[in-house]
Amino acid sequence: MSLPFTIARTHLVSKPKQTIVAMLGVTFGIGMFIAMVSLMTGLNDMTEELAMTSSPDIRIYHDITADRPSILEHVNPQGINLVYHTKPKNESQKVRNALKIAEMIRKNPDVWGVSPQLTSQVFYNYGPVQLNGTIAGVDILEEDRLFDIKAKMKEGRIENLIVNPDGIIMGKGLARKLNAKTGDRVVITTPQGFTMTLKIVGLFQMGVGTIDNVKSYANISMVQNILQRDKSYLTDINIKLKDFHRAKAMAPQLQKTFGYKSEDWETANATMLLGVIIRNILTYSVSITLLIVAGFGIYNILNMTIMNKMKDIAILKAMGFSGSDVRKIFMIQSLIIGLIGSIAGLAVGFLLSLLIVRAPFDGGDVISIDHLPVNFEAKYYIVGIVFGVATTAIAGYMPSRKAAKVDPIEILRG
Amino acid sequence: MQVLKAHKVSKYFYEPEKFKVLKEIDLSVNKGEFLSLVGKSGCGKSTLLYVLSTMDTDYEGELEIAGQRLTGSDQNQLSKFRNAHIGFVFQFHYLLPEFTVLQNVMIPALKLAKYTLREIEARAYEKLTMLGVQEQALKPSNKLSGGQQQRVAIARALINDPDIIMGDEPTGNLDSYNTHVVFEIFNELAQRYKQTIIAVTHDEEFAKKSDRIIEMSDGKIVS
Ligand SMILES: Nc1ncnc2c1ncn2[C@@H]1O[C@H](COP(=O)(O)OP(=O)(O)OP(=O)(O)O)[C@@H](O)[C@H]1O
Ligand SMILES: [Mg+2]
Repeated sequence: MSLPFTIARTHLVSKPKQTIVAMLGVTFGIGMFIAMVSLMTGLNDMTEELAMTSSPDIRIYHDITADRPSILEHVNPQGINLVYHTKPKNESQKVRNALKIAEMIRKNPDVWGVSPQLTSQVFYNYGPVQLNGTIAGVDILEEDRLFDIKAKMKEGRIENLIVNPDGIIMGKGLARKLNAKTGDRVVITTPQGFTMTLKIVGLFQMGVGTIDNVKSYANISMVQNILQRDKSYLTDINIKLKDFHRAKAMAPQLQKTFGYKSEDWETANATMLLGVIIRNILTYSVSITLLIVAGFGIYNILNMTIMNKMKDIAILKAMGFSGSDVRKIFMIQSLIIGLIGSIAGLAVGFLLSLLIVRAPFDGGDVISIDHLPVNFEAKYYIVGIVFGVATTAIAGYMPSRKAAKVDPIEILRG
Repeated sequence: MQVLKAHKVSKYFYEPEKFKVLKEIDLSVNKGEFLSLVGKSGCGKSTLLYVLSTMDTDYEGELEIAGQRLTGSDQNQLSKFRNAHIGFVFQFHYLLPEFTVLQNVMIPALKLAKYTLREIEARAYEKLTMLGVQEQALKPSNKLSGGQQQRVAIARALINDPDIIMGDEPTGNLDSYNTHVVFEIFNELAQRYKQTIIAVTHDEEFAKKSDRIIEMSDGKIVS
């Protein structure tokens, strides 16, 4: 063991209270950082996953609310045209040649799955209960490829839909509100006033209230039938990519190629994902504040130690220790404080994370979770220890340099 | 054989005003000499000693110890040199309070790293025995009496077998009995072990009994 290390260790051990207080500062800072970052990134991951479950990577649809220039603009392009109360045209939501478009997109090597479908607002009637919701006419096997519906089935199997042309797979929350069970028949009313009786052949649960409480799946032809539309009527093309991070770049290309609005999942869930940014800012600002406070603590304690040790420093220098030997002695002290403090901080953070994950938490109707999501990734523990040691190194550097510069004559002369 | 040579050493202080503390001092010391440096308070004894010790580098003139010219060397070289060639004893005993007596004595040798840990420990015991404080070896250094502490400090100064031992009033804080003990130790070191000793002192008895007295006055050596 090197001499500066031995001396540093002896200094620390001979003042246990002071050493422990300095370490606790770091422990607290790192512990809070780990606990916060674990919970916050857990929430972030969950949010992202929810965003991914509730929307495809890219959705192509016919946006009938898009701005339509008034015909006056064509006739009189230079003039000032004022048209009040323009109303949307009575346009169909149909995406023309949807199947062909889907076929073309499927050929792209980045694409994992494509599910052309049609969706509509409907009323669900079961006995006296009438609920507002949506129905999606899908090829259930394609949809499963996109959203892994098999894993989310609570009752029944997705294949039931293929063998039952008049079957529907209903969101679990919706079924509960209707008080309906698998095997029950519900009546569906479209906005145009058509009704149809369908049989519940399965229940799914995505874990998000906005889907589970309103949505059902049925066969494409059945939904076309309810809506009284022809066999080519499809309103959406949902796409899943092999790498969802590419969605933002790919969506505009698709929009340009096919002329239909194409929306990536980040845009569709912008408000949800804003929370991610806010949580990150919060985590890092709180942790950095705590660490700075701990850093000042170490700075103070080391400064005090050096003040008290002026004579020792002078004698060491008289005996032949160089400035850098002296600096080492004090840098090692602050690094030991930082290292042990940080390791203890990781342990505290881990225990706090365990506590958080054990505590029951009811997500209510919005998300189906029974405890808060906590991330136990090793990455954050590495960041924590690097943060802790770096802070103490910076805090220890200035006092150590001061110690290195002590002029022994001033002190020994008495 | 000359172990230390100072040639035309001058030094200025600039605070509060420019003032020449040491005035062209010439001094040479032979190996095995026990030398006392005396003079009125404020005449520059300590200042000269710190120049000779290599700790103070802000001077004019030349300094040579153990055949090595030290004027103009950088701080790192000088601290290495001090570690191997110079031992210090001060008025206040200045042991490191967190360490045991034995550790205090061992530290300069650990720094020098010329011997193994075992050898260093054996040598430290040897020096402590020579100074009659071997029973105290494992005590914390601040649990010793003043006289005992000063003997430990001398053992520490001796551990690397330095060419010169320097002391700024090494007995200044001791009673007459302990002053006598320290004098006897220095004397024996010089006589028997051919150690060179330069001690600043205000004690006339002490000075008279030493081999050679250098008297300073107003920054100059007068005899
Ligand atoms: N750091 C300094 N700055 C300015 N002047 C100093 C400084 N140190 C010492 N002096 C002055 O230099 C002169 C010599 O001081 P020095 O300490 O060498 O005296 P000394 O002979 O050791 O005295 P004493 O016997 O009292 O210890 C004194 O006049 C003192 O006031
Ligand atoms: Mg003096």
